Amino acid sequence: MATTPYRVIGTRPVRHDGADKVTGKAVYTADFKLPGLQAGFVLRSPHPHAKIVSIDTSAAEATAGVSAVVTGADFPNVQNKIAHLGEGSVNLAHLSANCMAKDKVLYRGHAVAAVSATNAHIAEEAAAKIVIEYEVLPSVTDIIEAMADDAPLLHDDLFTDDLGQKADTASNVAVHMHFEKGEVAAGFEQADVVVEAEFKTATVHQGYIEPHAIVADYNEDGRVRLWTSTQGSFTCRQQTAEILQIGVGDVLVTPCEIGGGFGGKIAVYLEPTAAILSKKSGRPVSIQMTRTDVFEATGPTPASFMRVKVGANNDGTLIAGEAWIAYDAGAFPSGVIGPGCMCVFSCYDIEHAVVDGYDVCVNKPHTKAYRAPGATQVAFAMEQLMDELAEQLDICPLEIRMKNAVKEGSRRVDGPVYPQIGFVECLEALRDSDHWNSPLEGENRGRGIAGGFWFGCGLKSSAACSVNSDGTINLLEGSTDIGGSRASLAMQLAETLGVESSDINPMVADTDSVGYTDVTGGSRVTFATGLAAYEAGRDLQSQMKIRAAELWECETSDVSIADDGTFSGNGKTAGFKDLATQLFSSGEALVGRATVAPECPTNGFAAHIVDVEVDPDTGKVTILRYTAIQDAGKAIHPSYVEGQMQGGAVQGIGWALNEEYFFNDDDQMTNGSFLDYRMPTMLDVPMIDTIIVETGNADHPYGVRGVGEPPIIPPPPAIGNAIYNATQTRMRELPMSPPKVWHAMQSSD
Amino acid sequence: MTTATKKIHVTTTVNGESVEFLCEPRNSLLEVLRDTLGLTGCKEGCNNGNCGACTVIVNKRPVNSCLVFGVEAEGAEIETVEGIADARELHPIQSCFLEGAALQCGICTPGFLVSAKALLEKKPGASEETIRFDLSGNLCRCTGYDKIVRAIQEADKQLSAATVDSTNND
Amino acid sequence: MATIFIPAQLRTLTAGIEQLEMDVHNVRDVLDQLEQQFPGIRDRLCQQDQISPSLQVSIDSVITSRGMIAKIQPNSEVHFIPAIAGG
Repeated sequence: MATTPYRVIGTRPVRHDGADKVTGKAVYTADFKLPGLQAGFVLRSPHPHAKIVSIDTSAAEATAGVSAVVTGADFPNVQNKIAHLGEGSVNLAHLSANCMAKDKVLYRGHAVAAVSATNAHIAEEAAAKIVIEYEVLPSVTDIIEAMADDAPLLHDDLFTDDLGQKADTASNVAVHMHFEKGEVAAGFEQADVVVEAEFKTATVHQGYIEPHAIVADYNEDGRVRLWTSTQGSFTCRQQTAEILQIGVGDVLVTPCEIGGGFGGKIAVYLEPTAAILSKKSGRPVSIQMTRTDVFEATGPTPASFMRVKVGANNDGTLIAGEAWIAYDAGAFPSGVIGPGCMCVFSCYDIEHAVVDGYDVCVNKPHTKAYRAPGATQVAFAMEQLMDELAEQLDICPLEIRMKNAVKEGSRRVDGPVYPQIGFVECLEALRDSDHWNSPLEGENRGRGIAGGFWFGCGLKSSAACSVNSDGTINLLEGSTDIGGSRASLAMQLAETLGVESSDINPMVADTDSVGYTDVTGGSRVTFATGLAAYEAGRDLQSQMKIRAAELWECETSDVSIADDGTFSGNGKTAGFKDLATQLFSSGEALVGRATVAPECPTNGFAAHIVDVEVDPDTGKVTILRYTAIQDAGKAIHPSYVEGQMQGGAVQGIGWALNEEYFFNDDDQMTNGSFLDYRMPTMLDVPMIDTIIVETGNADHPYGVRGVGEPPIIPPPPAIGNAIYNATQTRMRELPMSPPKVWHAMQSSD
Repeated sequence: MTTATKKIHVTTTVNGESVEFLCEPRNSLLEVLRDTLGLTGCKEGCNNGNCGACTVIVNKRPVNSCLVFGVEAEGAEIETVEGIADARELHPIQSCFLEGAALQCGICTPGFLVSAKALLEKKPGASEETIRFDLSGNLCRCTGYDKIVRAIQEADKQLSAATVDSTNND
Repeated sequence: MATIFIPAQLRTLTAGIEQLEMDVHNVRDVLDQLEQQFPGIRDRLCQQDQISPSLQVSIDSVITSRGMIAKIQPNSEVHFIPAIAGG
């Protein structure tokens, strides 16, 4: 690691793809055209639960301008095989059925057929001519109702999994998890004070502004080419290949620019359908989801029901914790309950703890990750209970958190011990912040704080670089760029080589061009793909050393490389760029490569402060001031680290104050548009101040910790705590929308 | 069900250039700009006027082009994000967005640039409150808006300085 | 000796034992020895010859990508935890 201060890391260069993005030139999937391109339309079920009795597509097929029609019958039969996708695992039969229903629809919006035609209007009109006979079944969307023995059953072949042991009667409960450490009953008996409450959160969507889109070309040579909006080209390739039952080498995924993901663009939805339409029509096919389809038929994150109990001593030391957590999985088993269970107590040292978690199928779209999957819901419960304990014990909310904050050596309820982490440092930064030390005055105003933790994973990344004769370097990497990551990868390579960020040409490459790379998600890109860029840079340096030795007529072992990247040998010195200009005339080209699979989570912690004002007449909560504090390890490009913190905070504010899926009595979503699914506009939020804490990270050459996910966790509980501070009303349901706050204030009077 | 009706011939001006196209009565201006004229800078985020990703200027007014019919372009002056830069030189609103890292995924950026440029031309020196109010029809999900507002404020400063300069040079 | 932690849901198979010491070189050794001591436990943790896709193995708080051949050091702690990544 460099002993001199960084030259590039920590600066704020303009991103390499910037000019394209501000001139409208950047190509997102829906912008991409091919000759003969057909437009596709997906027909979706109006019923939340029904058997498909018959489908007659003849009228659609006969419509002028239509090139192909597909239904579930066109999809190969996929076994109940679990595929490892790097990012968790998935049951392929479920994945396929979610893309296109075969014999049953499980949620309103479930795809049942698709049409390709000369334009989208013709495709839509033709789709309306498809005749489908449904046998409507009773449906269920409430988690607790779905867990009852007499609940409508979504899958008659789903048996509750108890860590590898299946129950013998079918159920909507896909998974039961249980974690335990210490002696919980004894712990609660010892406690001087115990707080316990039930909490509920509603279904929310990631809300990326770009709907899912695909262009598929099932080529005459049998290869399927996909241009898509995805967080992971390689996982998209694997999922599509598995569903189509072809080899991964027969699928080429080119990631277009992506307009937001947040965890919602990891599973495929349109790819197999578009590929099969292309195969049947002999033409490339483009499909874009409507906004309503995005709400109703992609992957919102689970609604939840939680009962959490915490016990503490009079001095504020936590002794025991107990959590009962049920997350809705939507139409198929989901995995979000796992991290939910692991995160509920993950910020605090509690000797005795027990957690039970349930993954519950309901007639709603299949739930997926929304930034830190499952962590926000449990934080809404736990971080408010921390404040309730603090109040009962007459201890400052910050002090009780500092007293119990996890540190190196603390053990999580699921078992592993934390290495060096930065939660205490975040709380200290909070304590020292201008916001915390500024008095809050005025009626109906309150302040709240909350912490948050996300694992931050490693997984696999590859990178390749080639050196140009002018000394610039091309960097090929496979991490689709949702937030400006290609800039931070270029910066890490530039730092390694001792060149400028502008000397690097980063490119997000397709699945034929770069080695396997796991998803852009899990807060991993700057960390893991950055590590790959660093290693590729080291590879280039070791090759350049050999060339320098040849040019300088000395032994390779006589050439040294300083921390700033300068090469010295036989009395001569030169930078990487200078040497690069001599490559062409002195031998073969230099090509660097790296492939990494770092195994250490980066353990990202955050702490937020919020000031609110609550209108007693309407229940409206206004955010007056917001500060997000987070341990980034080392901020490579501080502007983009701040951007992650600010963006996540505002998503959390939306989750806290207004966003939810409304369902009518027929279990159909009624607010599937941006008008009524109310995300924050710029008028709803103030500036979001940020404080980046840098505790370093021994597992990364530049000390990077993943930052993308933690910022969404603290806002709902911090706001809940602030509302209580302002009104003495404790909110136990999300969202804390005006009618809910108003009613709660009336009841607590 | 309707079958495609006879297309209508439209003559309009886009980014200062005279343009002609054919479109169906049901085609939105958004569809025409993207699919017929190849100007894919404006984006479809919702297709019902609630996200602003499709913002373009029609006769000096920012509009959601998903809510305007293609045929309404007849005789109008349309400005899109593709017309903001002056040949290869970025407009201050664009360079301030880049310097200020006011974009992450970039999908909302064209809509914001069009809206913000129009705002600053109409209301130079706009307060933070005015900026937030006037641009509340442009949704962003990535940035939390902080850096977008700051970039617009910075562009405002640069544009006023340029105006002062050019006034002094007259 | 490495310390192997038994997931809470499997402690009924181990008569309540929460952790035990083992002389093992890799994850495969752990599963072999666990199965010897507590027959049936392997099927709870594995699918065919791999760790169950819904689980991951933490060795000294690091999540191994090497599956059965992941090496275990003499003083390591081994946990079987839910597989997660993020969004």
